[in-house]
Amino acid sequence: MAKEKSYQEINEKIKKGEAVVLTAEEVAQLAKTCTPEEIVEKVDVVTTATFGAMCSSGVFINFGHADPPIRMEKIRLNGVPAYGGLAAVDTYLGATSVNSNNPEYGGAHVMQELIEGKDIILEAWGKGTDCYPRKHIRTVINKNTINEMILFNPRNAYQNYNVAVNTTSKIKYTYMGTLLPNMRNATYSTAGELSPLINDPEFKTIGVGTRIFIGGTTGYVAWPGTQFHTTKPKDENGVPITNAATLAVIGNMKEMSSAFLQAAYYEKYGVSLFVGIGIPIPVLNVEIAKRVSINNSQITTTVLDYGSPGQPKLGYVTYEQLRSGEIEVNGQKVRTAPVASLAKARTIAALLKEMIEKGDFLLQEPIQMFPTGTSLKGLAEIEITE
Amino acid sequence: MNIVKRRIILRFPPQSGDKPLSYVLVKDYDIRINILKAEVMPGKRGSLLLEMEARQSNLDKGIAYLEAHNVECQPLDKRIQFNSDKCISCGNCTAVCFAGALTMNQVTWKMEFNKELCVACELCVKACPLRLFDIDFRDGN
Ligand code: SF4
Ligand code: SF4
Repeated sequence: MAKEKSYQEINEKIKKGEAVVLTAEEVAQLAKTCTPEEIVEKVDVVTTATFGAMCSSGVFINFGHADPPIRMEKIRLNGVPAYGGLAAVDTYLGATSVNSNNPEYGGAHVMQELIEGKDIILEAWGKGTDCYPRKHIRTVINKNTINEMILFNPRNAYQNYNVAVNTTSKIKYTYMGTLLPNMRNATYSTAGELSPLINDPEFKTIGVGTRIFIGGTTGYVAWPGTQFHTTKPKDENGVPITNAATLAVIGNMKEMSSAFLQAAYYEKYGVSLFVGIGIPIPVLNVEIAKRVSINNSQITTTVLDYGSPGQPKLGYVTYEQLRSGEIEVNGQKVRTAPVASLAKARTIAALLKEMIEKGDFLLQEPIQMFPTGTSLKGLAEIEITE
Repeated sequence: MNIVKRRIILRFPPQSGDKPLSYVLVKDYDIRINILKAEVMPGKRGSLLLEMEARQSNLDKGIAYLEAHNVECQPLDKRIQFNSDKCISCGNCTAVCFAGALTMNQVTWKMEFNKELCVACELCVKACPLRLFDIDFRDGN
């Protein structure tokens, strides 16, 4: 009878400081000499991590009420527009929102500066109502003056992602980095065998309520991420070979550190936010042991031409090939470069491992599993007759 | 003998395009030259990024010769400034650096900058999402 462990058993071990925790890279190494059955016996938790630019990120903020109070309907933070359609002094600041006078400065930069304790200029306007008479306010806020700042990212931690190349004769500036003409480089962003959703491709342990490391603190998986796609083509290991599922994540931004949440600006594209996420996977049974044992040579992704309309598919490569520094596309040797930080992802996986070993981080069983059989809709252009 | 290597940007006036300046540098002053980058448009101002290797005295004479022919010479040794403290090792800059000055360490996956190999192409300036590279126009030496 194959061994089965429960969350409770693993958490008891963590509390006693007896849990065996490995990073996903370490377990991929171990799997070269151990069977999945042996791995279930030996290992309790595997830590996975990623540190990449995740544009679909942002923060809910509550500023507190001024005297006299204002119902904020138009809001600027260091000149960056934040959402003015929430109740009086709540807002959502998206990472990609930018200051129109300085498009290289955006929501992600404001978020980073808030985390670092810097002062931010808040300017807001309202129409003035009987209960909120004030029409304008210009003041300074920082993380100690505001009530809450709750990071809520609707689409993070992509399960696998494409490789980008550019077959045209012109340089292309994209969120996948600077793509040189005539396929003179190829960029990739996934942390391969360390990447969270690649180690649990069918979401047996990651679901709503999973406790995670986010931006330097403890947070949660809030929901399946937007564009959650579970029916993309998969390889023989059951791992999607292109970008597929995603996570919506939440955490207290007041506790975060700019070492794990970093603003970025991509030339001719815009502002984005590097987000550090770590997810522990409990090794409950042989099936999960097999999943976390996966290594870079077994993970495939799709090469897309970001230079041409429709981003045509040019082939498939493994993460082992990508990491070697060179891949072959259409018979041409192409130099590769990452655009997400494996070094930082490793730091996160090691930190999370240490937190669990010390008993500072317990595993939370999902309170609701993710949906299956999901796909994506496009956006149709429908003629509007009035 | 003290052989020195210098990177120098040469800016040519519009009418000098057909003078065999580099031939003189090699033949008369014994300077080994390596063209790292060229932007020469007929009839317009052109610029060349050269690596020159020679004895210091010959190098000085060669530069004096160029300047006598209305070619501006700007040494380039301190051109790209890198703010390494803030680097997150994302790798974006390595995608564009064909000189091999910016590379990912294959073991640690940290980004490494070897200034010696930099040809000042400036592609990394825009490629770094944290804007950690700056062009420094001060003369180096
Ligand atoms: S300026 Fe060009 S050669 Fe120098 S480091 Fe940057 S990309 Fe490399
Ligand atoms: S692009 Fe910038 S942050 Fe990224 S590795 Fe290069 S220098 Fe470091």
